[in-house]
Amino acid sequence: METGKQANTKADKRATLSTRSLLWLLPLSFLAISFFFPLSKILALTFDINTLTTENLQLAYRVLHFTFYQAFLSTLLTLLLGLPSAYLFARYNFRGKSLLRALTAVPFMLPTVVVAAGFNALLGPRGLIHVLFPLSSFEFIGTLTAILIAHIFYNTTIIIRVVGNALSSLDPKMEGAARSLGADSIRVWWNIILPLLRPSIFASSLLVFLFDFTSFGVILLLGASKFSTLEVEIYLRLLRLPNLPLAALLSVIQLFCTLIFSILYARFVSRSTTQIAPRSAKSNLHTPKTLREKIFVSTFCLLLSAFFLLPLSSLPFRSLFRLEADRGQRGEVQYGFTTDYYTELFVNRRGSVFYVPPIQAALNSLGYASATVVLSLLLGFPAALALAKPTRLEKILDPLIMLPLGSSAVMLGLGFIISFGAWLTSPLLVPFAHTLVALPFVIRTLQPALASIPERLRQAASSLGASPFQVWRTIDLPILRRATLAAGTFAFTISLGEFGATLLISRPEYPTIPVAIERFLSQPGGLNYGQAMAMATILMALTTASILLIEKFRLPNAGEF
Amino acid sequence: MLEVRNIFKAYEGKPLLNDISFNVGVGETICLLGASGSGKSTLLRIIAGLESPDSGLVSFNGRDLTNTSPHLRDFGLVFQDYALFPHLNVYDNVSFGLKMRRVTQTEIFQRVVNSLEMVNLSGFEKRQVTDLSGGEQQRVALARALAPRPRLLMFDEPLGALDRALREDLLSELRTILHQTDIPAIYVTHDQEEAFTLADRVLILHNGKIIRAGAPAEVWARPEFVFVARFLGLGNVIEGEVSGGQKDDEWTVQSDFGVFAVRCTHKHQKGDKVHLLARPLPAEYARVERSEPIGERRRNVLQGVVSDVIFQQERFKVTFDNGLYVYLSEAPKVGEKISVQVKVECLA
Repeated sequence: METGKQANTKADKRATLSTRSLLWLLPLSFLAISFFFPLSKILALTFDINTLTTENLQLAYRVLHFTFYQAFLSTLLTLLLGLPSAYLFARYNFRGKSLLRALTAVPFMLPTVVVAAGFNALLGPRGLIHVLFPLSSFEFIGTLTAILIAHIFYNTTIIIRVVGNALSSLDPKMEGAARSLGADSIRVWWNIILPLLRPSIFASSLLVFLFDFTSFGVILLLGASKFSTLEVEIYLRLLRLPNLPLAALLSVIQLFCTLIFSILYARFVSRSTTQIAPRSAKSNLHTPKTLREKIFVSTFCLLLSAFFLLPLSSLPFRSLFRLEADRGQRGEVQYGFTTDYYTELFVNRRGSVFYVPPIQAALNSLGYASATVVLSLLLGFPAALALAKPTRLEKILDPLIMLPLGSSAVMLGLGFIISFGAWLTSPLLVPFAHTLVALPFVIRTLQPALASIPERLRQAASSLGASPFQVWRTIDLPILRRATLAAGTFAFTISLGEFGATLLISRPEYPTIPVAIERFLSQPGGLNYGQAMAMATILMALTTASILLIEKFRLPNAGEF
Repeated sequence: MLEVRNIFKAYEGKPLLNDISFNVGVGETICLLGASGSGKSTLLRIIAGLESPDSGLVSFNGRDLTNTSPHLRDFGLVFQDYALFPHLNVYDNVSFGLKMRRVTQTEIFQRVVNSLEMVNLSGFEKRQVTDLSGGEQQRVALARALAPRPRLLMFDEPLGALDRALREDLLSELRTILHQTDIPAIYVTHDQEEAFTLADRVLILHNGKIIRAGAPAEVWARPEFVFVARFLGLGNVIEGEVSGGQKDDEWTVQSDFGVFAVRCTHKHQKGDKVHLLARPLPAEYARVERSEPIGERRRNVLQGVVSDVIFQQERFKVTFDNGLYVYLSEAPKVGEKISVQVKVECLA
């Protein structure tokens, strides 16, 4: 009896093992072909005597130095804005709070080209401020300030969320206890609150640092090629001053750094969850009462709404109003409201940046995005299913699946170029690259939903008389439908905004929206500028709609970041 | 020592504390007893300075503290869920208040050791507070409040999160410590047993007012108010109407459960609605063959059909079908009709 049972479970195990390996077959072979094979090519290219020359290493050091420098500075400044904002949201109730909070989160999901275009529309040489105040003379595009401000704009929400959550889950009685023991408010902060927030501050800073470290679009578009981070230098060494081995070397350095940061981040996150008695967030909140509180709250509300609203709103504004003469336009110039920039997108002009009407870029983007959705769901579902209840072996596979997250988009593009150079003429390569970027997000969205369906739920349903099919239809499907929609929209959004890899591997005759924006922005003339604004506005609208969809479909307890 | 005068506090327009005044004397332990939501914790937070009253005065030894920051009041505070600092170990938690007061290192060490000894946690200095059990955590919280030797100790339902056996242990330890240290204390609870064990004086808070104050035995003997009698579970509260006039301060009260003669100093009039307390004191019972009309029954007798009998060691709790209950030394049978002589007192 005993042995029979054992044999049975063994057979069961073997059966599940084989079905399980089937689950892994598709996603793992996809990763092997599109990630690990190119990675090995890059590594081979890097560790070559001809690559590791003093000259190359010196340049690599210089670039690495600046990359660290700007990331460090950006992170510091982001903390400077983020910490008081986190305090604002975690401790005070005020009108329009949820709206303001949502506003600060919008940039994080926006494609880099949109953010760059937004700042260009506000502060660039043709931007609102320059046009409205012609006497103002300041440089913005091509300065370190522009890069730093865009990075703050992007990542403040991370500090607000991570530190704010930690702050609002602190037991307010802890402060009461410290105060009754004789600590004044400065000491309460120094001895109690800050030490308790330290892990979350470190974790969020590290995450911000990681994003700043691998930032590409912002530095390329707002730095105007005057500044080179690892990411930008890889791009330049591929397309402008071709030096493939150097590009490979830089990307390996970058991968190494991001891996270290990711490991550090994971350690901080696991440490930041020590709490004795987490309180409900509500008990910490109160409306500002004293004059000092009122000044703090209103100042920061004003500051945050101006900072986040101005670049985002000047983009659509600039796309709908002609404020200067277009190039070659003579005589009477019609200033004011115009839809020309949009209608012009449908015209195939000779001598324009494209061989096709620019709106074709939007159609390309939608096509690529749809293909990415299908592909990433097809690959993500089996992987998420296996990871929902992982065996010990599969727990090792989890970071492997997430590894493409650690490598930058430009590096993925580089890998594709080195490995699949022969197929570069095919537009098929783009959705594959986008899937590689989107897959970790898709899996991370599906996995908690699959894992969140407890066996008890199904048992309860069947004990209430539901057949296996009814159980699947009434329990599994409704829960998974939302997650699938969220994951699909995630993939769609990522594909729409993907810039780094696409810039490298897309064919000139098949541009995507971000690539088109970059090309418009790099051309002279008011019409090109206006069309860049129009394109960016379209992309912003599409992305915002997608974000709203994701928020609607995502399980409330699915993890962030 | 501590003087609380005319405290008013409203929350979202609703009055929570309505003219609260009391004193705490040298070495005295006061228990604030009230149902949840009665505002007793808020009152404690106002005394601690963590919240400010809408109006009223908190003073200590004649010095007004109303505008003094909590960290300058020198009042110790112990919370229900401990509020220990999770990033500090036991030693650093207990020494926190001393460090805020710039005490020398050797003195700090001595007093931490003493405080931990007092709460029976000697040798726990290096332990992480997150590794301790609930009872141990509450002991650390107590040691932390004791170590700076505050002028006043305050407890906000400190044993509420602990199980029964642990609660009894800690309660008697707390009693010993409060007697030893001679620090005046305010103890907030909804548990009358805790209150009666610790308190020199009990204050009962209801609808934002202190409706009854006094030594435990005194409050027990003369609850005076319907809420107090019900809250303390003193017995059957019976509604009735005054039917007979005064004779040596004795009134006749007619009710659905019988006719009662009650001695009280209230100025009643014929037809007044009154509440009576009939305590279920251990008594003898008599079997009744047939129930008499209420008007014809003897005074101060409860009568009814036994619906439930619970054995409670030295007595039986007997419940009638009309909801009244008494304690009897011998058990009647369920379904029997019995009558019991009781003592009644008048409640406001």
